[in-house]
Amino acid sequence: MPRGAKMKSYDVIVIGAGHNGLTNAAFLAKAGLDVLVVEKNPHIGGAAVSRNLHKDWMYSNCSYVCSLFRPEIYRQLNLAKHGLQVITYNGGFTLTQDGDYIGSYNDPEIMRREIYRHSPVDVDAYDRFKTDISKWCRFIRPMLLRTPPDPTSFKFRDLDELRFLARKFLDLGPRDLHDFMKFFTISVADYLDQYFTSDLIKAHKAGSGIIGTGLGPMSPGSAYVMLHHYMGDVDGSVGAWGFARGGMGAVSNALAGALQEHGGEIRTNAGVEQITVKNGTVTGVVLDSGEEISAKRVVSNLDAKRTFLGLMDPKDAGEKVVKAAKNFKIRGSSGKLNIALNGIPEFPALPKGSDLIQGDFHIIDSLERMERAYDDWKAGRWSKDPYVDALMPSLTDPTMAPEGKHFLSVFVQYCPPKVEGKDWTDDQVQAFGDTVINQLAKYSPNLKDLIEHVEIRTPREIESEVGLTEGNIFQGELTLDQLLFNRPFPGYAQYRGPVQGMYMCGSATHPGGGVMAAPGANAAREILMDLKLGNTVPEDEGDD
Amino acid sequence: MSSQGLAKEHYEMGLKKTPFYSRQKELDIMNEWHRWSGYTVPNVLNDVTFEYFAIRNSASVFDITPMAKYRIKGPDALDFMNRLLTRDMTKLRVGRVGYSVWCDDEGMVIDDGTVFRTSENEYLLCAQERQLETLKRNALGFDISFDDVSDDIAALSFQGPLTCTILKKVGFEGIDQLKMFDLKEFAFAGTTVMISRTGYTGDLGYELWINPENAGDLWDALFEAGKNYNVKAIGGDALEIARIEAGLLMAGKDFSPATSTVRPGHAKSPYELGLDWLVKLDKGVVFNGRRALIQERNKGPRYRFVRLDVEGNKTACSAYIFDRQGGKTIGHVSSAAWAPTAKKNVALGFVDMPYGEVGSTVWVEIYYQKELRWNRRWAKAVVMDGPFYNPERKTLTPPEAV
Repeated sequence: MPRGAKMKSYDVIVIGAGHNGLTNAAFLAKAGLDVLVVEKNPHIGGAAVSRNLHKDWMYSNCSYVCSLFRPEIYRQLNLAKHGLQVITYNGGFTLTQDGDYIGSYNDPEIMRREIYRHSPVDVDAYDRFKTDISKWCRFIRPMLLRTPPDPTSFKFRDLDELRFLARKFLDLGPRDLHDFMKFFTISVADYLDQYFTSDLIKAHKAGSGIIGTGLGPMSPGSAYVMLHHYMGDVDGSVGAWGFARGGMGAVSNALAGALQEHGGEIRTNAGVEQITVKNGTVTGVVLDSGEEISAKRVVSNLDAKRTFLGLMDPKDAGEKVVKAAKNFKIRGSSGKLNIALNGIPEFPALPKGSDLIQGDFHIIDSLERMERAYDDWKAGRWSKDPYVDALMPSLTDPTMAPEGKHFLSVFVQYCPPKVEGKDWTDDQVQAFGDTVINQLAKYSPNLKDLIEHVEIRTPREIESEVGLTEGNIFQGELTLDQLLFNRPFPGYAQYRGPVQGMYMCGSATHPGGGVMAAPGANAAREILMDLKLGNTVPEDEGDD
Repeated sequence: MSSQGLAKEHYEMGLKKTPFYSRQKELDIMNEWHRWSGYTVPNVLNDVTFEYFAIRNSASVFDITPMAKYRIKGPDALDFMNRLLTRDMTKLRVGRVGYSVWCDDEGMVIDDGTVFRTSENEYLLCAQERQLETLKRNALGFDISFDDVSDDIAALSFQGPLTCTILKKVGFEGIDQLKMFDLKEFAFAGTTVMISRTGYTGDLGYELWINPENAGDLWDALFEAGKNYNVKAIGGDALEIARIEAGLLMAGKDFSPATSTVRPGHAKSPYELGLDWLVKLDKGVVFNGRRALIQERNKGPRYRFVRLDVEGNKTACSAYIFDRQGGKTIGHVSSAAWAPTAKKNVALGFVDMPYGEVGSTVWVEIYYQKELRWNRRWAKAVVMDGPFYNPERKTLTPPEAV
């Protein structure tokens, strides 16, 4: 730069080009602000990426399915125009140790018959379960695109928002209100016990209560984790899940397209060393390279630990925030295998030609086994008998693998951030991968012969590549003490950091993880409010 | 026996079955069928959502056998078609397909359809409604013959991003060179199949025309070649979403065909359907409705066809259109759907002139039901410029593999 030339100063710098960072930046750019997103990796997307790591296969190597992404954001940022297409998928099943399975069917009559096959009395219970879950979804969905109120504040806005919450609670009526209060603190096992008698049906449903969390099916709070996985939708079909055509990177690419359409910039290979602060006000960032970029506002899409313990000088963050960040629960509990297959693996338990294989499949047919898998994690080991949420997007999305070949995504619960307190070794990573493949091979005899390439990801790999502390996929546990106005910490739930001009927009903020894009959008709304600019960020369209 | 080979006892037959009936029935778990030109056809076979996504993500097979089809041939075939249709038919070369409308003397649209120029002096006309009498009335003085071949040609609409790849695997060599609106004959199972790169989904797709005897083999060949590609048979409901998403008109739904319209003001001219580009007033020959259409062009049409992007997620089915919330009624919605790929709440409709300019805002009053109770919502709607969904692959030649 020539001497005397003035360094460009941005209105906003967003740290981290994950989907929330990009969403936040896109809304700010759309409102006319000069926005720069800086990303440490050579590619954008954070945990919403499509990686071409083996020949013609495309891996959604972190997040792998889409449902929670807020439709209002999808529409407002015109992500369809920028190439995003989410395709609903079908099916899903849990395999049993005695060679049977239980399938999930969209058709209500077929679903009823399938439950009847395993437990006649649970058929009506299943309808009751679905009705109740729909109630809680309907209750909680409107809160996703709203900033949580601060219950200790007497500002008009917070009181108004508290009144909104109170009214929603009262609308539930006394019976539902009791159930709902319980729901937030109960375990998924206890919750399912209220409905079902069959252990297989309970295990089939309980998986959503443990995915991504350092809780077992019998840990209090896991019922909410299940709800968190149910409250999404695809095209208004609540609870449905879909694939982003081209892999989860399509979500990030479309968001980047929207950002660039509105004049925003992205710089990759630009990791941030520090958020700079002067007189209690943000002045910009210093990159790993030593380069300084100035900005009036800095938004961190990183999790609360990385942001406050890594990027901010403790003197700037302050003792209270540093302590809260240290105590923030963000436990790594999941691993993932991304596998290139030369054909469709056989599952002798499934009838020939069954469409169920197009959906997600699970291994672990009882809550007891699931809890034992959790016990291993508590002891600092990966589960010997792991739970998997596996699926082959390539059966639906033709862009993921060559014809007749498949990408198998295997999400694994549980996998510890450290092995018995020590860092992972490469041998242990391999052994973890073998455990999972052996588990799958018990149910699919030809699986091993079909394997062409495997990428094994423990919390170590997820943390070092994506930057999620301990590889926690939600950027922090989804327990009541870290939800709503407690997320990430009490007093900091409205997306503002401890210094002027500093904000948070990652999944560590309300309403949490799951590729929702809601934290990024909500943070953008708050920033625009501080700037007294008109709001261009949508709120929930509601269901009434 | 009548001229159509129908027995006196034809009333015992009920609805006709297309050559694909048994194959569709095998896949059917929904038991939802409807009538289409005397045939029974499925609304949905398995699940509307997955059938819709076959159109937009892989490949979909839809039975269009019930379409009205007429073969017109003779030395005057071109002149006759030019007389009947509003487009300049001298521009339609052999091996090409044209979309057109035809009008009555008042310039009101009788129907829209596709015209296949199969040889120098031969055309195939495909329409939603029956047109035999229209053809007969217009044939006066032309050296042509025309035949109703509706039941003699079985047809499948094969739509979606993987259709070209799958057709290549069936063995239709050179299919990838077909441009949009091209048509070509291919050898198949000892007979020929005519394939046109046409469709009703606004996407990459083809229509396959074959004699009824070999129709089943064609169906099987598509599913065999597409077995790794998630090919799905679809019903009319999935197609309906796709065609509304693509902003395409449907006779009998968006407009009332002039020949069966009783009430004044209910029939529509091509201009009122937003099809100005199909009308060639100066093509040098007289065509049906030309005089009335010249008058209308000078005077201006009564209505405007609008494609609306409606706020919110409640579909504006059968809604009235207003100039402002609670204001004056200025039109009505004729088709509406949530568009799953465009991610828009879309509506097609008509407003009185001069309302509904591109980019302007109108209002719709939407009624919708939740657990048996009716609710009402006012929603803003912006008039779109062109279709809601228009992917590059629709026109790309050769199409991408996936």
